[in-house]
Amino acid sequence: MVHQYKLNGYNIVLDIHSGSVHVVDDLAYDVIELYESLPAAEITERLLDKYRDHPDVTEAEIRDCLADVQELKDCGKLFSEDSYEDSVFDFKSRSTDIKALCLHVAHTCNLNCGYCFASQGKYKGDRALMSFEVGARALDFLIENSGNRVNLEVDFFGGEPLMNWDVVKQLVAYARGREKACNKNFRFTLTTNGLLLNDEVMDFANREMNNVVLSLDGRREVHDRLRKTYAGEGSYDLIVPKFQRFVQRRGEGEYYIRGTFTHGNIDFTNDLFHMLDLGFTKLSMEPVVCAPSDPYALTQEDLPKLFEQYEKLAKEMVRREREGSGFTFYHYMIDLEHGPCVYKRVSGCGTGTEYLAVTPWGELFPCHQFVGDPKYSMGNVFDGVTNRELREDFKLCNVYVRPECRDCWAKLYCSGGCAANAYHATGDIKGVYEYGCELFKKRMECAIMIKAAEAEMG
Amino acid sequence: MKRIKTLETRDLKKSLNNGGCGECQT
Repeated sequence: MVHQYKLNGYNIVLDIHSGSVHVVDDLAYDVIELYESLPAAEITERLLDKYRDHPDVTEAEIRDCLADVQELKDCGKLFSEDSYEDSVFDFKSRSTDIKALCLHVAHTCNLNCGYCFASQGKYKGDRALMSFEVGARALDFLIENSGNRVNLEVDFFGGEPLMNWDVVKQLVAYARGREKACNKNFRFTLTTNGLLLNDEVMDFANREMNNVVLSLDGRREVHDRLRKTYAGEGSYDLIVPKFQRFVQRRGEGEYYIRGTFTHGNIDFTNDLFHMLDLGFTKLSMEPVVCAPSDPYALTQEDLPKLFEQYEKLAKEMVRREREGSGFTFYHYMIDLEHGPCVYKRVSGCGTGTEYLAVTPWGELFPCHQFVGDPKYSMGNVFDGVTNRELREDFKLCNVYVRPECRDCWAKLYCSGGCAANAYHATGDIKGVYEYGCELFKKRMECAIMIKAAEAEMG
Repeated sequence: MKRIKTLETRDLKKSLNNGGCGECQT
């Protein structure tokens, strides 16, 4: 399968099943487009006619180009077949070794954000803080169920995890104390709204957290529209100076300023550019997750404008990189040479199998977006995964289980998409959230275009 | 090739033999 597109002056051809990426001129682009449907003589005739005003496009040139395309096909870099589904993967026997936990240390929050998927941190339940005992048991559960995997990940999440900061610190110390004896390497992440940040929190996080995710939606009026305190005040002025200080003290450490865009700011690149103006250079901006009836929900009419925004952002990234003032956008950070293997690309994020969320009471869910839905309770950290039927369902969650994905060029980049988004959109974890697909495909086209530009820059 | 530049990419077919360890980040 091949996908071709033109963006920012680049003609790009993706060979989906080999992972090959080709940057081609106009003639080669046309040859590849016709190659599988017409005989060589007819391709030559058509293109001689199309390029009759281009003296450099001769019959010999077209013949050479046809030969190059055939050579790439022969070596498996063009028009390669999907040989993965039947011969390789036995999803029923897929490993259920766990390697990542989303630790909900606080089901409460000090902000009252209008669009919060977690219903202001409570996940439609009671307010609660995780005790050290439950958290330590969760870490033990992770170690015990991680098999031979060395790298283990724990995200301190909420609600607002800084509302349970002492327990976070105790849990980090507990995990560090077990690492060596168990031959494990813990990588911690903290996701925070920033209200409770102070120098002590920053210093600890800069020592112990591999990544910090800092929630900021962009321009003051955009951020304050939905990210309010319980007194109804905007939070922009409270958190931006803290984030600036945090990032400055973090040095080379990993961080993401992470925003949410809604129907109210489909010009979200202006929010990203505002983040750059504030001095932040590692950015992430995500589409809102909410019911279609919500007033800030993205609409079908928004899609073309969102596509324009993603393209505008990609072009600006290339421009700034050329000027020596580059920045990173999470979804455009792809590694073509050292990206995920095909096993990972087919099986996806691992929700419900290798990735679980833990509530303050120790209850297990497939991921943070299923927390609070009793149908998706999988067990608890004391008894382990007891809902084996549900785990079997998630084991079979992969790109080939979705008929809509079979002929999609992006299937080995998205792995069939987010199961939670699919469930909320269609009622089925093996469904397809088509709106998300459209955004994802545009982001991938932009990300690969940036790679083409980087290759040109050398 | 004169008209086609192929970027350096991981060969997914080969990754059948050297992938699947599960150590990558979630």
